[in-house]
Amino acid sequence: MKRKFVSALVCAAMVATMAVGCGGGNTETNAPASDAGTEAPAETEAPAETEAPDAGADAEAPAAGGETISIGIINNDPNESGYRTANVRNLEETFSEANGYATQTFYGKENDKQVEAAQKMIQDGVDYLLISAADVSGWDTVLQDAQDAGVRVLLYDRIVNASEDLYEAGVVSDMAKEGETAVAWLEKQGLEKYEIIHLQGQMGAAAQVGRSEALTAAAEEKGWTLVTQQTAEWNAEKAQQIVQSVIDSGKSFNVIYAENDDMAKGAVAALDKANISHGVDGDVIIMGFDCNKWALEELKAGNWNYDGQCNPFQGEKLAELIKKIESGETLSEKLIYMEEKGFDAKEITQEDIDNFGI
Amino acid sequence: MAENIVLQMKNIHKSFPGVRALQGVDFTLRKGEVHALMGENGAGKSTLIKVLTGVYSKDEGQISIEGKEVAIHSPQEAQKNGVSTVYQEITLCPNLSVAENMYIGRLENICQNWKKMNTDADKILQSLDIPAKATQQLSTCSLAVQQMVAIARAVDTDCKVLILDEPTSSLDEQEVEKLFKLMRDLKGRGVGIVFVTHFLDQVYEICDRITVMRDGQLVGEYEIEKLPRVQLVSKMLGKELDDLSDIQGEYSTYEPKEGEAPVFEAEELHSDAGIKPFNFHIKKGEVNGFTGLLGSGRSESVRAIFGADRILGGRVKMNGKPVKIRKPIDAMKNGIAYLPEDRKRDGIVGDLSVRDNILLAQQVLRGFLKPFSKGEADKIADEYIKLLSVKTASADTPIKSLSGGNQQKVILARWLLTHPEYLILDEPTRGIDVGTKVDIQKLVLKLASEGMSVTFISSELDEMLRTCSRLVVMRDGRMVGELSGQDLNQNKVMNTIAGGDK
Amino acid sequence: MENNHAKQSKGSSFFADLTRNQLFIPMAALLLLLVFNLIMDPGFFKITLGYNSAGHPVLSGFLITILDYGSELAILAIGMTLVTAATGGQDISVGAAIAISGSVLLRMLCGTNTRPETLVMPVLLAFVITCVVAMLFGAFNGTLVAVFGIQPMIATLILYTAGRSIAAWVNNNELPIISEPSFAYYGGFIPGCPIPTPFFIAVLCVAVIALVLKFTTLRLYTQAVGINEYSAKLNGLNPVFIKILSFVILGLCVAVVGLIKVSRFSSINYSVIAKDIEMDAILAVALGGNALSGGKFNMTASIIGAYVIQCLTTTLYKFDVQADALPAYKAVVVIALVVLSAPIVREKLAALMPKSGSREVAK
Repeated sequence: MKRKFVSALVCAAMVATMAVGCGGGNTETNAPASDAGTEAPAETEAPAETEAPDAGADAEAPAAGGETISIGIINNDPNESGYRTANVRNLEETFSEANGYATQTFYGKENDKQVEAAQKMIQDGVDYLLISAADVSGWDTVLQDAQDAGVRVLLYDRIVNASEDLYEAGVVSDMAKEGETAVAWLEKQGLEKYEIIHLQGQMGAAAQVGRSEALTAAAEEKGWTLVTQQTAEWNAEKAQQIVQSVIDSGKSFNVIYAENDDMAKGAVAALDKANISHGVDGDVIIMGFDCNKWALEELKAGNWNYDGQCNPFQGEKLAELIKKIESGETLSEKLIYMEEKGFDAKEITQEDIDNFGI
Repeated sequence: MAENIVLQMKNIHKSFPGVRALQGVDFTLRKGEVHALMGENGAGKSTLIKVLTGVYSKDEGQISIEGKEVAIHSPQEAQKNGVSTVYQEITLCPNLSVAENMYIGRLENICQNWKKMNTDADKILQSLDIPAKATQQLSTCSLAVQQMVAIARAVDTDCKVLILDEPTSSLDEQEVEKLFKLMRDLKGRGVGIVFVTHFLDQVYEICDRITVMRDGQLVGEYEIEKLPRVQLVSKMLGKELDDLSDIQGEYSTYEPKEGEAPVFEAEELHSDAGIKPFNFHIKKGEVNGFTGLLGSGRSESVRAIFGADRILGGRVKMNGKPVKIRKPIDAMKNGIAYLPEDRKRDGIVGDLSVRDNILLAQQVLRGFLKPFSKGEADKIADEYIKLLSVKTASADTPIKSLSGGNQQKVILARWLLTHPEYLILDEPTRGIDVGTKVDIQKLVLKLASEGMSVTFISSELDEMLRTCSRLVVMRDGRMVGELSGQDLNQNKVMNTIAGGDK
Repeated sequence: MENNHAKQSKGSSFFADLTRNQLFIPMAALLLLLVFNLIMDPGFFKITLGYNSAGHPVLSGFLITILDYGSELAILAIGMTLVTAATGGQDISVGAAIAISGSVLLRMLCGTNTRPETLVMPVLLAFVITCVVAMLFGAFNGTLVAVFGIQPMIATLILYTAGRSIAAWVNNNELPIISEPSFAYYGGFIPGCPIPTPFFIAVLCVAVIALVLKFTTLRLYTQAVGINEYSAKLNGLNPVFIKILSFVILGLCVAVVGLIKVSRFSSINYSVIAKDIEMDAILAVALGGNALSGGKFNMTASIIGAYVIQCLTTTLYKFDVQADALPAYKAVVVIALVVLSAPIVREKLAALMPKSGSREVAK
């Protein structure tokens, strides 16, 4: 009796987690059914809903100029980070009904669940499967199944360990490039000495590896000092404690290279407490990554110096690729890198914040 | 005769640190008989069975099956030798099918022919006339059928000896009948059955022979016709009827005043602990007792009075006024105190100090926002430690480091501190030294003479006869008699406990 | 370290008494850490009075950091100690519950606007609502444990798994940021006072629990339920209620820490806020010499334990131990504690001290 209750409860909790996780997705995919009906007469581009055809809507072809393209999106938990939230939102907006797509989504942080969802989408007969895998391994079989079923697979954000033949292309951020861009910017500042506090992300994460490598290499090459190189696990509080510890130890430093915005924020809190000036015209250069809106605002206010973009807006690129495949073109490259900027506090504009802030 | 013997255990000895659990016990089981193994708790029944089934290894003695001496070191070996056991608690998996339960753990091949297994299982079930299908999920069967499936599983292999350890304790009467039918079937096939139970009626219904044990020793083996109930009880309790002198009257009893409503009165009270509704009352200054064999429902009855188990129905009055007692705190507020049977499990709060253990009940009655001050607590604790002459290093000593008798005194102090009108003492003298026993008996009589009503339960009949002016006799969860005055003697009590007319 | 002290105290009843005291373990650990730091770098003890960027005086130094972050742990240790004592298990959903509390607090303060110019309601009111929510989640955990008899770690696993998603859901996945400077006081400094505010909040919480333990029977009831539930029941206590109560009190502690955490950055990160803090809180209880299997407890020892844990963390940061290696060091502490509290070790230790003659030596 009790055992049954417990298992029921655990199931309920899981469902709740997933419901929260997928909440955005489900509503986005289901709600437009009614939206489409009301909006259709106003905009001539009435999206066709294959499973629930509205009178008259069928006749009108979507923008892509053909039938509705059905898409399955597999992504990670939107709550994981601001980056992920923006990424999920961007894809949902791109592959909306209004743009001529019938989209189903699955968001979860477990690889197994993602694979299961992918299997189901293949069975549902989607035309395209867009996957951002939680884990790089374990995808061979499902990708093979997709190929057998004639489902085209596009990877985004993360590449999985599988034969390249099994997917059309992957749209990813070049983390190493992000690091290099940032380091190049730092070098350009022409400081007399480089004494850097390096706040790393969760060790082993792609973003951490890429962003760390560039700095470590540069430090070795150019003789920069890494005052401390510590992981703060993407966590503002840990970053604050680490920087606080450096300040209390009395070591001198003039650059904080934080591998995400949260950690930069934590570092700045420690500096503020010790009344160490930072940002434009300050004693310490603050560098962050990810381009959160609030971080870009800090940049614009001159509190920080640099923020490297990790572009979550892969939707357009993916849509472009799909268009190409639909029109019979072959894709020339397997790996397509997102264009990513680095913002300098002295140059950033409100427009940048609006366009690139996540 | 000799070739008829399927199992012979001779001169079995088994000791645990500090306890000699079995001392030279013999046990003989014949083909096609149901043999009852009887004795009070702690008599050594389970130890004997565990030796036989290989759970314990014996220190000394021989076991032979069908004349051949065998060495049994594990339950698996026991099974190979044809000894199967079904325990009181059903040890099957309720979420598997009946057939799966019958064959689980015994599949020789990795690839099991499920169809064949199911047909085989159905055959066995049919032959034993068990109303279950092989493919049915076990949890959908009634408890009795589950018990029967367990038996079917046990006898499926080449079973010569079947041990049933309290198989009927969770079954109702019809279910027991079904089980007995199955037992008779097996008996007809020549299986020797060892039946352990505390239900006397059932013993006399189905058994051919009885072996009685007491204090780790064999009392004797008897044919059922030659051992009347009363003698069985006296053998189990270890009192020969005629040996006992009447010791009643050694203490004077309190005479209640005329016209006074009873301190406590219950009508049709029953709880979920397996007792039938009963009526009971106790007058001011009276000492009475519940008696009966272990498991007869004597403890469950007083627990029902105190609200310790879930109350299913009944009306209760205190001093003539109806009250509602559903939880221990209700009883406590009405001036009832209960010293539980199992001191370790229900009585002491082991890691807490003697002081906290004394104060606990009274503190709960005072309420959450009125803790005793340190000064008050010390004063009360010292007072009661002195009053009951508790031997403890200090009031700060954790109660668990005290001896059993002193622990009991602390628990008694706890309840005396609440100044109850009605005090229930369930086995207050078990496992404590003789001196303390007498102290407690005297205290009971003293309290009663001051007007406290006391219900006293003890496994030792003479103790009860010495202190109580009235005895309520329980058997199989039922109140079967009430004895007072002239009837209050050993013979009469044993007769009533045994029941029947023999 | 315990062993060393045991040997030193051989033949000295003063040390025997000392080691029997429950405060011995956390105090000895604290002393050990401080001595270690003193030898390695006396700069550890330097405290400087400076001014922060807003021009207010602040104290800084490693000890102040310990005081600051240790206070959060101390507050949680209060609740965790009660839960441990009453249920013999631990709540592992504390971090997730803090995320929910912080999220609710921000939601109350910001309304639907993620960047409010002014707060929607007074902080106090928002905090009270947060407390209620956190206590409800505590009651949920408590009900699973007390009514349905689920192992506390398993029961709280549910909220541990779902909590951060719930936290994100409360704010529609947005990241509210509060610009009102006074909101930062709770996790930072009150202008003019150079001591970090979390310390004062912790002092307040400790005072409250001290009063509660003095003027109610909470300690006796909790211990009785934790040691022997059956017996407690037969003494008129309601074990179900007591257990739920302990979780509700922990919920209150969670809400307080949620306020501090959110105030530190005037914002929240659902996935990492208060991550793994439950482990530190449990460790604080254990380091305080309290049996994780429940029963008797010593609140003071738990609270000191909390500051010891933070002292350890800060020391490790100071010596540039990688943050992701911290759990390994803490694991060593846990193993040492578990081994020390094992009955067989205690007996051995007791044998080393002929004068004490008690089995409770290792306390």
